[in-house]
Amino acid sequence: MKQCLVVDDSSVIRKVARRILEDMNFEITEAEDGQQALDECRKTMPDAILLDWNMPVMDGLEFLTSLRAEEGGENPIVVFCTTENDVAHIARAIRAGANEYIMKPFDREIVEAKFQEVGLI
Amino acid sequence: MTPSEFEFLKNFLKTRSGLVLSNDKQYLVESRLLPVARSSKLETLSAVIQQLQRGTNRALETEVVEAMTTNESFFFRDKTPFEHFKDTMLPALLESRASRKQIKIWCAAASTGQEPYSLAICLKEDAAKMAGWRTRILGTDLSNEVLEKAKAGLYSQFEVQRGLPIQLLLKYFEQKGEMWQINAGMRAMIEWKKLNLLESFTHLGEFDIIFCRNVLIYFDQATKTEILGRMAKALPDDGYLVLGAAETVVGLTDAFKPVAGKRGLFQKKQAAQATTGSAATPRLAAGGGLGLRR
Repeated sequence: MKQCLVVDDSSVIRKVARRILEDMNFEITEAEDGQQALDECRKTMPDAILLDWNMPVMDGLEFLTSLRAEEGGENPIVVFCTTENDVAHIARAIRAGANEYIMKPFDREIVEAKFQEVGLI
Repeated sequence: MTPSEFEFLKNFLKTRSGLVLSNDKQYLVESRLLPVARSSKLETLSAVIQQLQRGTNRALETEVVEAMTTNESFFFRDKTPFEHFKDTMLPALLESRASRKQIKIWCAAASTGQEPYSLAICLKEDAAKMAGWRTRILGTDLSNEVLEKAKAGLYSQFEVQRGLPIQLLLKYFEQKGEMWQINAGMRAMIEWKKLNLLESFTHLGEFDIIFCRNVLIYFDQATKTEILGRMAKALPDDGYLVLGAAETVVGLTDAFKPVAGKRGLFQKKQAAQATTGSAATPRLAAGGGLGLRR
């Protein structure tokens, strides 16, 4: 079973994402901000990370930059999932090493389509 | 469902999703919305529509829109046909049309444009191979309204997130407020025409590839056979026909044969026979370049 780390400061979003991803046969871990996510990754590198941008403590972009510098941190497939939906943000995320990008609001089909895009399902 | 309920649903779907529901789609509505009714513990479609009319059940509204638009066109829909396009059809045509340097593609059910634009993107992504070639993509549809949308190339955030990799969105689209518009260069690659497949299309001329996915399902057997027959006439012997993943020509026409191992891809019978024998050599010869990608 593939592991997916869901990183979002909203518990509602985490719950929705968890439900969708569990149906897609992922084992889910959760983090509320970038720092927690980084701690999780240092314990176990997940196969996939669904990542919010705006979060307290450490935001998604900073987390991604740190993750890619970690040992083994180039492996997880990172899919941003954020309300930041302008070209500049998307381009920054891709440059920082994001594999895909979901603009909120999202639904099951979008998550499935994007995860398929990056070969996770 | 009464005619006025159907009328309400048509307007509701049009405002909410842009989906244009013609009057003959009652069966489609039933097959899509009965499961929604059941899951919402509503007895009948009329009950569902009454809920929609009240305008207080947001969750149901979303479910109805989604159930009705699930099969709406999206970018690179089903993936496989576009792989066949890049890996099978284009290489063959680049070889066989080398002296003419022209490829003509017809999307016979272009709908809101995602399929022709996906093909245009494939061609652009392969720009190096296409240098010096003239490509013509024609998109036709029965409905003027969907063609207007196709021509504008303007899609919601929802639509561009289904099937379109984010890099391609960045590369070929511009953000217009809440919407995304495919750029002018891409729009110029496609010509749009209103066409009813039931009517003659000889005036369109000959094509190298016809995409006709998920549209024949709306016609009866005899009409399917008749349309396939006319499509065969619009293709040269080595041309290609692409049908939807669940569609076949078996039992419908002798004009086409499936291409072995390529789901949804068909060639005219004479060509399929001719190439089974001879295709082995050129394919092996070309395999060096293509094989690297596998």
